[in-house]
Amino acid sequence: MLDINNLKVSIAGKSILKGVSLHVKPGEIHAIMGPNGSGKSTLASVLTGREFAEVTEGTVTYMGNNLLEMSPEDRAKEGIFLGFQYPIEIPGVSMVNFMKTAVNEKRKHHGLDPLSASDFLKMMREKKELVEIDSKLANRSVNEGFSGGEKKKNEIFQMAMLEPKLAILDETDSGLDIDALRIVANGVNKLKKADNSFIVITHYQRLLDHIIPDVVHVLYDGRIVKTAGKELALELEAKGYDWIKKEVENNVIA
Amino acid sequence: MDKDQDKILDEVTTGEYKYGFHSDIESEQIQKGLSEDVVRIISAKKNEPDWLLEFRLKAYRHWLTMKMPAWPNLKIPVINYQDIIFYSAPKQKPKLNSLDEIDPELKRTFDKLGIPLEEQKHLAGVAVDAVMDSVSVKTTFREALAEMGIIFCSFSDAVHEYPDLVKRYMGTVVPYTDNFFASLNSAVFSDGSFCYIPKGVRCPMELSTYFRINAANTGQFERTLLVADEESYVSYLEGCTAPSRDENQLHAAIVEIIAEKNSEVKYSTVQNWYPGDKDGKGGIFNFVTKRGMCRGENSKISWTQIETGSAITWKYPSCILRGDNSTGEFYSVAVTNNHQQADTGTKMIHIGKNTKSTIVSKGISAGKGQNSYRGLVKILKNASNARNFSQCDSLLLGDKCGAHTFPYLEVDNQTAIVEHEATTSKIGEDQIFYCNQRGISTEDAIGMIVNGYAREVINKLPMEFAVEAQKLLQISLEGSVG
Ligand SMILES: Nc1ncnc2c1ncn2[C@@H]1O[C@H](COP(=O)(O)OP(=O)(O)OP(=O)(O)O)[C@@H](O)[C@H]1O
Ligand SMILES: [Mg+2]
Repeated sequence: MLDINNLKVSIAGKSILKGVSLHVKPGEIHAIMGPNGSGKSTLASVLTGREFAEVTEGTVTYMGNNLLEMSPEDRAKEGIFLGFQYPIEIPGVSMVNFMKTAVNEKRKHHGLDPLSASDFLKMMREKKELVEIDSKLANRSVNEGFSGGEKKKNEIFQMAMLEPKLAILDETDSGLDIDALRIVANGVNKLKKADNSFIVITHYQRLLDHIIPDVVHVLYDGRIVKTAGKELALELEAKGYDWIKKEVENNVIA
Repeated sequence: MDKDQDKILDEVTTGEYKYGFHSDIESEQIQKGLSEDVVRIISAKKNEPDWLLEFRLKAYRHWLTMKMPAWPNLKIPVINYQDIIFYSAPKQKPKLNSLDEIDPELKRTFDKLGIPLEEQKHLAGVAVDAVMDSVSVKTTFREALAEMGIIFCSFSDAVHEYPDLVKRYMGTVVPYTDNFFASLNSAVFSDGSFCYIPKGVRCPMELSTYFRINAANTGQFERTLLVADEESYVSYLEGCTAPSRDENQLHAAIVEIIAEKNSEVKYSTVQNWYPGDKDGKGGIFNFVTKRGMCRGENSKISWTQIETGSAITWKYPSCILRGDNSTGEFYSVAVTNNHQQADTGTKMIHIGKNTKSTIVSKGISAGKGQNSYRGLVKILKNASNARNFSQCDSLLLGDKCGAHTFPYLEVDNQTAIVEHEATTSKIGEDQIFYCNQRGISTEDAIGMIVNGYAREVINKLPMEFAVEAQKLLQISLEGSVG
């Protein structure tokens, strides 16, 4: 589904990703962990086509296509979804209008007719229930005045509406209370199918208690320095990153 | 990134004006230029009574003593009034079968503008007065409305059929001495709409006037007079377009509204005159005096305007709140793109007790557009417990445009409560990317964000027109981003 090879990225001339390789197969859940500033969000930015992240080397192939050549909206319509670390407010634009446009743009891209108003509202209702989002949130302007946790839940709701093939969740768990965490995790689990994949960026094992990853990566200083099974997350939780940093430094010296 | 921004900003100019066509309609015109003779000719063409000719001549003589206002934040080229044709009427083919029939070419023109002149084809519940250049070519639903005592006709017809009403109200809100352009209009106005809602009647349809400039080198000077008698209600809408031409054309109109006791008037404008090309060539000069008088107690006048067109806009729809407990409202969205300039706002004059006014102004600047809000809130000595709330927001797309606010406040009564809020914002790249990431193109994202920003005002429009206004906003900003 997604093949990242030796990806190097700089922002404003400063090198941020220094050769990342990552391979995600359909149906897999990958977790990416790593200290603040290591480049996790930058990776998400590159995959979704933000302009400020400049690719200097490497390739990214998504479902057989050169992802880096696609526009951000085409990537979205081809099934890439980003749950933003910091969701954006758009005053005056209703969630209904926003989602309806998004859903119908995607349908158009795939040669489908737009959903009728009633079909669309039915879909909204179903997905709201699926991810247990408060009905009222969907009647407000996009993220406007939402609390931190509400914004994160709203990202999961949008993911449910857009049914992506590859969802990248950037710290969707931070700022959530225990119930909300369960809701977000359940949302992911319910949406998980044999042919869609997730990249879950997180700092905490507790999310991975609910969403069981197939692979856990540690991104450190722009490189994936460790890749292992779900037990790696537990180890990180118990020991922190210091031992990884030491390992990396020793490797460099050796 | 800067380069990209430039590229996208450049695309601003790809937004094409959709109504720039010209119809091949023979017209009857008088020689260009302005003089007392021209005023007399216009009056004679319209077969006017003496009192109206007198009014015109007084206005003309007064105008000669006046100078164009210099205070607006606008760069206005010199206008040569001897180069303008002040009267141009589409020539009606020799009378067809019935009185109601109109020239097919005229009909086609209005069809093309989305304003069918046959009643059965029109949006249910909307009556239209269609004005081309200097004359009204058709007023729909006149008879149906007349059954309720509502008068809705061209200004010229009103002069002949309801001279007493016209005489009683014309010039009482905007006197012919009011300002340079109002004096000019009073001297040479050609047509427009007249509307009278009798006591106790709620007008069951939207009344609307559609103004079209077609002929070249002409000016359009229309006059609208709207009277809501006691306990009545009317919602009125005007729209306007013009062909794309390299020369500027002048449009100097007057709108007067009178609201008697317990009446309510909603006046909405969707202004889409030709804005000029991307280099600032051509376009309409839109210099308009609009004013409403809340004469009776508990009366209410509400102005809503969506201003997307014109090379230069100079207009301040205002309310004189004379009746106790009367209410004035002004909701405005003004867009300036490319080289467009707008200096627009309102005046709320509180005279009566417990009078209330609300001002919501949303300026949107893109390209090299310059957008100024100018508003006066004046509370007179006897206007105890007057209240005003003003909110002036500016949205910038790109960094070559400008937004300015000029609020004026004159309070002569201690009990008044006046609030003013102002914000300036830019469309964020973050917002656009957020939309992109959901599969929405940058173009659509901007349309959506701008419409979200303007929603409070658009919501005030009659339903049928709100959708049109949204599309128009999107079109007039096509491709722009900041
Ligand atoms: N737009 C930008 N301009 C300049 N520097 C940036 C920009 N975005 C990210 N960076 C820098 O790139 C580095 C990686 O940032 P990134 O947001 O990818 O880290 P992260 O791993 O997601 O961290 P966190 O866990 O705190 O979210 C940081 O040093 C950050 O300051
Ligand atoms: Mg991050």
